[in-house]
Amino acid sequence: MELLIFYPLAGICIVLALGVVINNSPVNSAMSLIGMMLGLAGIFILQQAHFIAILQIIIYAGAIMVLFMFVIMLLNLKGKGEDDSWISRDKDLLLTVLSSLLAVGVLYKIIIIINAGDFNSPALPPDSFGTVREVGTILFTKFILPFEMASILLLVAMIGAVVLAKSKVD
Amino acid sequence: MLKVRSIDMEMVPLTHYLFLSATLFVIGVVGVLVRRNAIVVFMSIEIMLNAVNISLIAFDRYLNLHDGQIFSFMVMCVAAAEVSVGLAIIISLFRNKPTINLDEFNIMKS
Repeated sequence: MELLIFYPLAGICIVLALGVVINNSPVNSAMSLIGMMLGLAGIFILQQAHFIAILQIIIYAGAIMVLFMFVIMLLNLKGKGEDDSWISRDKDLLLTVLSSLLAVGVLYKIIIIINAGDFNSPALPPDSFGTVREVGTILFTKFILPFEMASILLLVAMIGAVVLAKSKVD
Repeated sequence: MLKVRSIDMEMVPLTHYLFLSATLFVIGVVGVLVRRNAIVVFMSIEIMLNAVNISLIAFDRYLNLHDGQIFSFMVMCVAAAEVSVGLAIIISLFRNKPTINLDEFNIMKS
């Protein structure tokens, strides 16, 4: 049953991720990326990580992608940035093909390494695994220092974004 | 006990999640290497961060810990910070020179 849900979700995620890379217009890429985020939220639910799945939908599919769409609309990128062909950096097809081959080779190697591992004794998590209560408890006890650091990071990012968007680059 | 056994039989193996994670990561790497549109490069970086999240949560469930979920929470925080600052930089660069083609931004080189 879980496998029956997993394979379509994984296939949709991979196809939409390819769509992000292949699509010519940034708006279509952003739409594919939103779909991929939602599919990944489904995969997280499948792994009993309900809290992270909700956060995935709220933060990624909600906040971050709205920010992307906002910037795309603001810059009005029609016909700018890239020419008709997406597939060549510096008009150099050889470089594109070589870098893609390199990436696919790395993927092949990673898959071989994963296959060689022995992952046949999974722990059986209880039903309460991954609920907001469990994750929140461990977040505010064991990981309280990283949590505070994250808040400082977000504050710095907010100030940095305001300063960068306000002033001109010389 | 019988219920536990039946759940065990139909669970997705960890390797499948790792394959999905590796595939998505490599798609993100290809996007960063191949595309020239700055916004699409940012989206590819988001794909890579999400791929790492899949790995973290898969190992998290495999080992019955909660640490991986906290880590993926932190990854989401970093992604939000990175996107806000990065898009501010893109807007700032666009104001300076009306293009987002990455190959035309070589002001640091000379």
